[in-house]
Amino acid sequence: MKPVLFSAGFRTLFAKELMRFWKVSFQTVFAPIVNALLYLVVFAHVLEERVQVYEGVPYRVFLVPGLVMMATLQNAFANSSSSLIQSKMTGNIIFVLLPPLSHVEIFLAYVLAAVGRGLVVGGGVLAVTLFLAPIPFVHPAWIIAFALGGAAILGALGLLAGIWADKVDQLAAFQNFVILPFTFLSGVFYSIHSLAPVWQTISRANPFFFMIDGFRHGFFGVSDVDPWLSLGVVAGTFVVLAAVTLTMLRTGYKLRT
Amino acid sequence: MTTTAAILVEGLTKRFGGLQALDGIDLEVHRGEFFGLLGPNGAGKTTLISVLAGLCRPDKGRARVMGHDVRTEYRNARRMLGVVPQEIVFDPFFSVRETLVIQSGYFGLRHNDAWIDEILEHLGLASKADANMRSLSGGMKRRVLVAQALVHRPPVIILDEPTAGVDVELRQSLWAFIRRLNQDGHTIVLTTHYLEEAEALCGRIAMMKGGRVIALDTTANLVGLMRDRVLVRITLAGGALPEAFAARRVSSEGSSHVLRLGDPCEVEPLLAQIRESGGRIAELSVMQPDLEEVFVQTMRGTLGSAEPT
Repeated sequence: MKPVLFSAGFRTLFAKELMRFWKVSFQTVFAPIVNALLYLVVFAHVLEERVQVYEGVPYRVFLVPGLVMMATLQNAFANSSSSLIQSKMTGNIIFVLLPPLSHVEIFLAYVLAAVGRGLVVGGGVLAVTLFLAPIPFVHPAWIIAFALGGAAILGALGLLAGIWADKVDQLAAFQNFVILPFTFLSGVFYSIHSLAPVWQTISRANPFFFMIDGFRHGFFGVSDVDPWLSLGVVAGTFVVLAAVTLTMLRTGYKLRT
Repeated sequence: MTTTAAILVEGLTKRFGGLQALDGIDLEVHRGEFFGLLGPNGAGKTTLISVLAGLCRPDKGRARVMGHDVRTEYRNARRMLGVVPQEIVFDPFFSVRETLVIQSGYFGLRHNDAWIDEILEHLGLASKADANMRSLSGGMKRRVLVAQALVHRPPVIILDEPTAGVDVELRQSLWAFIRRLNQDGHTIVLTTHYLEEAEALCGRIAMMKGGRVIALDTTANLVGLMRDRVLVRITLAGGALPEAFAARRVSSEGSSHVLRLGDPCEVEPLLAQIRESGGRIAELSVMQPDLEEVFVQTMRGTLGSAEPT
């Protein structure tokens, strides 16, 4: 048997998921880029003269990695979760369930497509913000590692949420009450060292903090925690989410009766 | 040498909460058959199809498609099976051709253009190949569902009420195409509410009720069970229906009555008794039994000899 990544079924589902978001790229790619750009313009205008997180780093430059990562994570989640819930609601999920696709092929196709959209949007945000905030690239390998890891985590989480949710409302609740708070309270707009000790401790229980802190380390060579620790948390989080999601797919939870 | 059955189902049970959807189904569909699966709503037909397709997991029993267990050998079983679902479902992001190319890819077929063109042609979809799925009418969307089920050339094709809400033209072209596939050796399993379709197309028929197969035989034998039972529609211009035949009445509307007779020879005594009582016959028609009558009788449990064979 061919390895999963070379099977035609996996490659087709992966390509289909990429095509799905690209066909509505104004909504799925360009709108989030404009969104992130507005965050940068507004926050930089208000806080540029008042806040300096890292010495010698202007606030608008500090802000860029957080915004890039936030766009990457949110769009990776949106891709797999919206695809799943739409397929379930319209019933066309059977086109994926009837063919001889394994649970591993389905998992990898959805997650890697989500990573693809996350990276396209994140890359777009980075490219646009370069004109407004010249940012260094101290450790490109860390940048790539955390972008991939973070997008994969949110892709898997989106798949999990899409399988679990029975209606769009439940998915919106997941997005608004889980993803959004975890993202905003992860240090996108600040360093956790500016927080009271108790909030610093709480922040360290948020996996999103490690994704963004490690990602930021790749740009500035400075971070709140050791990037290796962040990488460990990211890898561990992905393994747990992947195990749960693969089990849901293997047992047919909410997909096969 | 024994030939593997196209579909083999043994002791299949499935319960959804308080509903026993499948209650110990045993069924064998031979290779190359055109097989009908009939039953009222809730009989278990779609659940049975879902088990075969891997969409539903049975509580007990097993099912095989072309010898492959649908659970332990699901990859091979699914490659052997094409399913046209009952509901019209589609992916609104893609055109007709993209939909078929994607479905081919799921089954491992990456260069399937010639067959896709042939399917599009036979199902009258060629002119819509590049149209987005959203822009198609309901009938056209159903054609695409049929095309999707055929795109990997499965030896076994299950059509779950494929002509519901479909115009006459499509029905005829669809059945011509499916007949051709059957003649080419494909096994066809059909569920339909149009019993005349099942009677015209299917060589054997299973009737389901309450999750069980309650009748299974060739179409000819099933209709033959009713051979000696005729329906007579009689309209009286005067007089009343003879007392001896009142119990045979199926329905009445004014002076028009429909009677079920156990034997065509009973028509003569009926007419004689009407004449003797001074009645006059304005109109008389004798109707031959068809599959619909067998179906109705079987579902009522009044066709005792139609037990599974």
